Amino acid sequence: MAEQELRNYHLNFGPQHPAAHGVLRLVLELDGEVVERVDPHIGLLHRGTEKLIEYKTYLQATPYFDRLDYVAPMNQEHAFVLAAEKLLGLEVPRRGQFIRVLYSEIGRILAHMLNVTTQALDVGALTPPLWGFEQREKLMIFYERASGARLHANYFRVGGVHRDLPPKLIEDIYNFCDPCEQALDDLEELLTGNRIFKQRNVDIGVVSQDDALAWGFSGVMVRGSGMAWDLRRSQPYEVYSELDFDIPVGKNGDCYDRYVIRMEEMRQSLRIMKQCIEMMPGGPVHAEDGKVVPPSRADMKRSMEALIHHFKLYTEGYRVPAGEVYVAVEAPKGEFGVYLVSDGGNKPYKCKIRAPGYAHLQAMDHLCKGHMLADVAAILGSIDIVFGEVDR
Amino acid sequence: MTFLAGSEILPMSFETASMDESLTELGEHILGGVEDSTLGYSVEFGELTIRAQARSIARVLKFLRDDPACHFATLIDITAVDYPQRARRFDIVYHLLSMHQNQRIRVVVETDVDTAVPSVVGIYPAANWYERETFDMYGVLFSDHPDLRRILTDYGFNGYPLRKDFPLTGYVEVRYDDDEKRVVYEPVKLVQEFRSFDFASPWEGVEYLLPGDEKAEN
Repeated sequence: MAEQELRNYHLNFGPQHPAAHGVLRLVLELDGEVVERVDPHIGLLHRGTEKLIEYKTYLQATPYFDRLDYVAPMNQEHAFVLAAEKLLGLEVPRRGQFIRVLYSEIGRILAHMLNVTTQALDVGALTPPLWGFEQREKLMIFYERASGARLHANYFRVGGVHRDLPPKLIEDIYNFCDPCEQALDDLEELLTGNRIFKQRNVDIGVVSQDDALAWGFSGVMVRGSGMAWDLRRSQPYEVYSELDFDIPVGKNGDCYDRYVIRMEEMRQSLRIMKQCIEMMPGGPVHAEDGKVVPPSRADMKRSMEALIHHFKLYTEGYRVPAGEVYVAVEAPKGEFGVYLVSDGGNKPYKCKIRAPGYAHLQAMDHLCKGHMLADVAAILGSIDIVFGEVDR
Repeated sequence: MTFLAGSEILPMSFETASMDESLTELGEHILGGVEDSTLGYSVEFGELTIRAQARSIARVLKFLRDDPACHFATLIDITAVDYPQRARRFDIVYHLLSMHQNQRIRVVVETDVDTAVPSVVGIYPAANWYERETFDMYGVLFSDHPDLRRILTDYGFNGYPLRKDFPLTGYVEVRYDDDEKRVVYEPVKLVQEFRSFDFASPWEGVEYLLPGDEKAEN
């Protein structure tokens, strides 16, 4: 009898697997139950965002950013409007900055809440998503009350934010913070000490500091490995330098540490939100530059000049001085950057979106090698990827 | 509810002036380190850009990663910018971050459609997918890349979508064919021609002729 040739087993994970967090296709090479090689096939949600932005004015380009990491839409818009403001040399009034920070932190809780609870779901816990999504629902209502949309907000605009917040909304956000902290306690009670959750996450997907640097990690992925790096602290934008918050840092760099950091970051976000509301001054929410920021409806109805501005801004848009900038914000998933090249026209010449999930996902092969098949889902859950931003 | 006063912020001009100075110093230092591989540096919008020669990009990045004054250990991004009117039409742009020095840098090299840029996967493993994406979107070649496949576009896709001469609508569209029971590819059919409106002010050098303009010449 001829000698039997042994071949590793190839398994397609996704693109319709519920634990693939969207449309990821992983081609896994297995030796028994041990993963030998992972080849992620991405691009199933590629919509050509960067190409589309080159054909749109700066105002029309902002909504595309909501559709990248769609669990924290405003954090994405933030990077783009900051980049355009840097080219324009535009300063945002303080009230506008506080509102942006407030909503960025709401976005952070939205994203972390989704990630932590679905990671628990991936390793077998059904209750956390039910509890966590109740809080997300409340936060999305805050999104809706500010911008009119639960997800695709288009609220941050070049020069500030679109509209001022009503006082009742600010009050409601403030009153939301303490009960949310309570809900986080409840979640932690379910997960943090849970034996099964720990069995599935401790010492799984360990990232060393060298790995984190070599693979271009950012956000929770580097903080989990013990590096105190947070753009809100190290390269502060908006009013983050005036706010008092802590940066949680992990020790082991495994999935469990990353979970604990995300839980703590949500508490810190609540702290920042409360400070923002306490410190928020009155005044305008966007820059008073009539050549960039459209006039109010009321002005437009009465002033001829405002009417002309309104017409020009919504057809031609505004010209942005030539130059190139790279601006990054600390999005919930890591460093979200926008590389914007302007040729002096009313449309971006080039807009490259640097998504944190893209860098994290490409290390899947490195992270999963030698782990069991079941750990792939746990690792994928803890590196926190959303396909809107990976595929763009 | 009380309104607390925010702490004093440094005047903007002072802050940027000192920052630009340290960036200039860093630029000089880098030029001193890899002089024969670089073409110069500039500081704009508080960001340092190094222009380098494409064939020695690996050497420049290795220096930037290993030199203790630079220590740019994180590769943030690689992308390209297309300028079709130039002979060497692509700018390949590398963004690096140093968490140790809290500094960012941009390295730019030029290349054309046929000339391959040396891959930097050996220096930064993270470059793998970024180079694949740049190849996929612009058709820029990277020599010695371990696995230069397309990444974001469809299996079997033709063309390089982010080039300026690639139409926004693309060339093919897909639909599910009920008879063949599979997804079929067809040339793009637009019900209405794709329109790109020119909203530029008519006082700022429009290039089209209006009917009746020929009368003005006589």
